[in-house]
Amino acid sequence: MHSFGYRANALLTFAVTILAFICAIASFSDKFSNQTPSAQIQILNINWFQKQPHGNDEVSLTLNVTADLQSLFTWNTKQVFAFVAAEYETSKNALNQVSLWDAIIPEKEHAKFWIQISNKYRFIDQGHNLRGKDFNLTLHWHVMPKTGKMFADKIVMSGYQLPNAYR
Amino acid sequence: MGFIGETVDSIKAIKIRQLLTQAITLGMIITSALIIWKALICVTGSESPVVVVLSESMEPGFQRGDILFLRMTKEPIRAGEIVVFSVDGRKIPIVHRAIKVHERGDTKEVDVLTKGDNNKIDDIVLYAEGQLWLHRHHIMGRAVGFLPYVGWVTIIMTEKPIIKYILIGALGLLVITSKD
Repeated sequence: MHSFGYRANALLTFAVTILAFICAIASFSDKFSNQTPSAQIQILNINWFQKQPHGNDEVSLTLNVTADLQSLFTWNTKQVFAFVAAEYETSKNALNQVSLWDAIIPEKEHAKFWIQISNKYRFIDQGHNLRGKDFNLTLHWHVMPKTGKMFADKIVMSGYQLPNAYR
Repeated sequence: MGFIGETVDSIKAIKIRQLLTQAITLGMIITSALIIWKALICVTGSESPVVVVLSESMEPGFQRGDILFLRMTKEPIRAGEIVVFSVDGRKIPIVHRAIKVHERGDTKEVDVLTKGDNNKIDDIVLYAEGQLWLHRHHIMGRAVGFLPYVGWVTIIMTEKPIIKYILIGALGLLVITSKD
């Protein structure tokens, strides 16, 4: 009962249990953080808007993204993954979400930013429904913790519209 | 020399009833572990409620050796979710993020395109020949929680199976030679 093996086993089990408990508490503490992120997206330019040979519409945009995600960072945050998606509806599809740009924010200092970019990922429709289409631009974020539960949310900005004709 | 002598003595001193009791205890431990695993599958709704991250395609968020907790609900798949999917013909599930989602209005079926955060290109090259989208039945779960480093045990045991045998052998020896 008092051999080295038993003592090592008891110590190890206890250590692992305590570690698991601490990880759970660290994750739980994230619930109490007060989060007030803000963002604004402006479309600076529609670079081009064409119908591909396959018949799908494609558009290229330049966006101006301003955001302050600093309040999302807690002591248990490893990084925040932020992305901008265009969301719209067509006659065939109830919902289309196309990610246009994303970034990994590793630290709180980098979480307040202003960036001007053209879309990193191609904005292609399933079909040719984009002329004159109203769409929302949403800034999503995904908080990845050092341990525990991940959580995600978004800000929806509506009122954007694509041109009525190809260019 | 004394330790080996003691071990040999204790193996010789085993009685049948004691041996059977120990075998049943061992069986109970293994069965409880299995019960917990199956219960986890039921509760989380996913075929593999816990996966180990094997590649660096989601760095720096998920490193090799981290474990992810998965959950699969009836809720629709949305962009930004980290999904675990397996492609027909590949055994190992892949953990990447959904970047494009197209959901049909009538049938609620969904086309999903995924990409690893740390990859330059999206996952079309990983899908089966001619497949452009993932569908719901490819997706085994969504990642909801995460623990760092714990998965290294599994990686080491898979990549160097000799360690697995040594560990099981040592455990077996410990059980047999224990005095109670």
